[in-house]
Amino acid sequence: MDKPFAITLNPGSSLANHTGSWRTSRPVYLDRLPPCNSQCPAGEDIQGWLFHAESGGYEAAWRHLTRDNPFPAIMGRVCYHSCEAACNRGKIDEAVGINSVERFLGDEAVKQGWKLAPPERESGKKVLIVGAGPSGMSAAYHLRKLGHAVTVMDAGPYMGGMMRFGIPKYRLPREVLDAEMQRIVDLGVTVKLNSKVDNILDEMKQGGFDAAFLAVGAHIGKRAMIPSGDAARIVDAISVLRSMEGEDKPLLGRRVVVYGGGNTAIDVARTVKRMGAEPIIVYRRTRDKAPAHDFEIEEALQEGVMVKWLSTIKQAGDKEITIEKMALDDKGFPQPTGEFETLEADSVVLALGQDVDLGLLNGVPGLEVTDGVVKVAPNMMTGHAGIFAGGDMVPAERNVTVAVGHGKKAAKNIDAWLSGQTYAPPPKHEVAQFEKLNPWYYADAPKTVRPMLDIIRRQSTFEEVQGGLDETTALFEARRCLSCGNCFECDNCYGVCPDNAVIKLGPGKRFQFNYDYCKGCGMCVAECPCGAIKMEAEEI
Amino acid sequence: MSLQTVKFYQTGTFTVGNRLLAPEERSVQANMQRTNSLNSGHRACQGCGEALGARYAIDAAMIASKGQLIAANATGCLEVFSTPYPETSWQIPWIHSLFGNAAAVATGIAAAIKVKRQKGQGGDVRVVAQGGDGGTTDIGFGCLSGMFERNDDVLYICYDNGGYMNTGVQRSSATPSAARTATTMPLGPEPGNPFGQGKFVPAIAMAHEIPYVATATVADLRDLEYKVTKAMGIRGARYIQILVPCPLGWGAASQDTILLARLAKETGIFPVFEAEFGEVKSALPIRRPQPVEEYLKLQKRFAHLFGKNPAVATIARIQAQADKNIRRYGLQARKGDH
Repeated sequence: MDKPFAITLNPGSSLANHTGSWRTSRPVYLDRLPPCNSQCPAGEDIQGWLFHAESGGYEAAWRHLTRDNPFPAIMGRVCYHSCEAACNRGKIDEAVGINSVERFLGDEAVKQGWKLAPPERESGKKVLIVGAGPSGMSAAYHLRKLGHAVTVMDAGPYMGGMMRFGIPKYRLPREVLDAEMQRIVDLGVTVKLNSKVDNILDEMKQGGFDAAFLAVGAHIGKRAMIPSGDAARIVDAISVLRSMEGEDKPLLGRRVVVYGGGNTAIDVARTVKRMGAEPIIVYRRTRDKAPAHDFEIEEALQEGVMVKWLSTIKQAGDKEITIEKMALDDKGFPQPTGEFETLEADSVVLALGQDVDLGLLNGVPGLEVTDGVVKVAPNMMTGHAGIFAGGDMVPAERNVTVAVGHGKKAAKNIDAWLSGQTYAPPPKHEVAQFEKLNPWYYADAPKTVRPMLDIIRRQSTFEEVQGGLDETTALFEARRCLSCGNCFECDNCYGVCPDNAVIKLGPGKRFQFNYDYCKGCGMCVAECPCGAIKMEAEEI
Repeated sequence: MSLQTVKFYQTGTFTVGNRLLAPEERSVQANMQRTNSLNSGHRACQGCGEALGARYAIDAAMIASKGQLIAANATGCLEVFSTPYPETSWQIPWIHSLFGNAAAVATGIAAAIKVKRQKGQGGDVRVVAQGGDGGTTDIGFGCLSGMFERNDDVLYICYDNGGYMNTGVQRSSATPSAARTATTMPLGPEPGNPFGQGKFVPAIAMAHEIPYVATATVADLRDLEYKVTKAMGIRGARYIQILVPCPLGWGAASQDTILLARLAKETGIFPVFEAEFGEVKSALPIRRPQPVEEYLKLQKRFAHLFGKNPAVATIARIQAQADKNIRRYGLQARKGDH
């Protein structure tokens, strides 16, 4: 062939030169576990559903969310969102408002009438669930999805358990609760209300159930020995909150003393405030030691609830009570000081914690009860084969989210047990710590604050205190997610590679390394915003 | 702001792409069909900033010229690592002649295209000249100045890595003060490159009052693409200087290339701005202000400034240079910029 002067070779491409042979370590794509997911008691894939919400795919987001938790509208109101405390964005500006987006999705689902997908097949097995609270209904959902015939029995007149009889309306409107409960019933779950189970073994035998999940909650208010006159009116907080759901509202008088420092104490104080009474909380320790969440204490104080910190009730009389001032000792325990004070009080509400009614377990062999709660193995099974338990009646933190998580975990284990297997949860990815991220890439975007109801209406009505986000603000909030540890297709690796050694596979398909040319510089790892690539030493 | 404003979509415009943006708003580099002007298999070091900067710039120029582009290349790393005879990584028409004449070769190509178009032959082919700082600020400076002065229709892109890296890291007139090179060893009373008068070619280009002068770094892709695209929309002599960190010459980790470019901009050491007809029109403001130490300490060429007896006075002089840039080009972080 004709070549120019002094040229003997045809031009070739550098593609013949496989520079991948220079490499001593290689980049590898991976999924790390976002901190929000890692600590969600209900095991939600938060980053996963936010990913769908970011592009406006709200139904896809809701479907992804409800794989793990069927109650987003409830969660978006009552969950204490420890995910937000763990959120890596908190180290940049403020945590992502996960809870508010969850509520938006839940409300959107109710508004649009999205239905849960029915089970793909019937297993032919029957499972009895005792208790239609968060744990029981969560288990019912997951078991039904797995194709089991589920019957839920509850002693109360409505579904919801503590979500109805413990959480006041101003935090969880009943329409929301009803809508999400009904969705479970619509899946073909049988719910029998006003049906107390007196003996679990008899009930299982009669109904021909293959397994049972117990989630009866803790509905018995703890009593404290308070010397009191005959005319003193002393009631427990749970009965007060429960009676709010019935026809007969509790008669507590004008001055109501609430004894305790937990969330129930706050709930009952805020409830009686709304009924026109003047609540005073009496708590033996200080505000920072109180088990109630600080934001709830703050909201109660805003509404005009009075609190006597470092005080115990010494004596209760007809129209007044005597309290004793306490002082914290070196170890932080309250000690009496001998100083007394008299408070005007028409009634005393005890909010000192709750016990479990374990009556239905009488005569069940193998069962172990410690400190008033039922012991369960890591698979949520009690000492009696085939009987599982969860929620407030087992040793754990008592809140709705934990209960929902128990329901899901128990369901998976019951499903495995019914087919003679053991459930092995898939191994967890390593947690995507903040140090794995490159925060430079995230534009500043302050958190969207949810609107709060006017203080006057909070003091006199049971309207919901905290408002929701609208579509634009929810979308903005979802897009604040850093997508920790999971590729969100920002194209950074594809862009920053000096060797074109990253192959873009197209929308939704992520990327792939071309190890023929990757020299192992590690730039893709350093510039990946979300920590979804790591370097691994080459094996030589 | 020289950048297009994209309201908050998870990452704004900081990342290369963004699945939430409309496709036409995404960067050239995010495109699955980008030219890859400088293809895989080139022999640049791991983490080479120049290879990256060249692909960023030429891919954008290819889009802006609708694929009708010829590049003239000066001698230097970019030529040596991309085109060892008979192989090449370039996927565009490309010519290499001598070290110092890239601007003159490009001028000649532009003149030939002009004549051909006058004769009705050929379409609107555009010309880019490119080289490293050695081929631009030292050896090719006369040809470059002539190209500016004649206002030839050429975009000249200088990939500035502050030295002759290809031949063993010798000093150039773009080597920063106090930096160690093979020819400015960290010895004697003033170790490293002496504090001279400096030679910032973008300012010299502005003094020629040419239609467009800009600086950019490999850390700000959107800004870089915007400037190349804008330059390609202008006729006459244009000059863009892109800061491209060199892991080998700077003694830095290969994964830190973009980080170093970012820190050069954030500390004010490398001002990122654009100018038209000799006047500064806009500057990329500093987003997260940092002291120069943050930039210097990642590089072994400045290692002699740190250690047991840090060269406080020298670091202060470098800080003063950065502060002067911040004042002169108005780089202060502003409220509301991201």
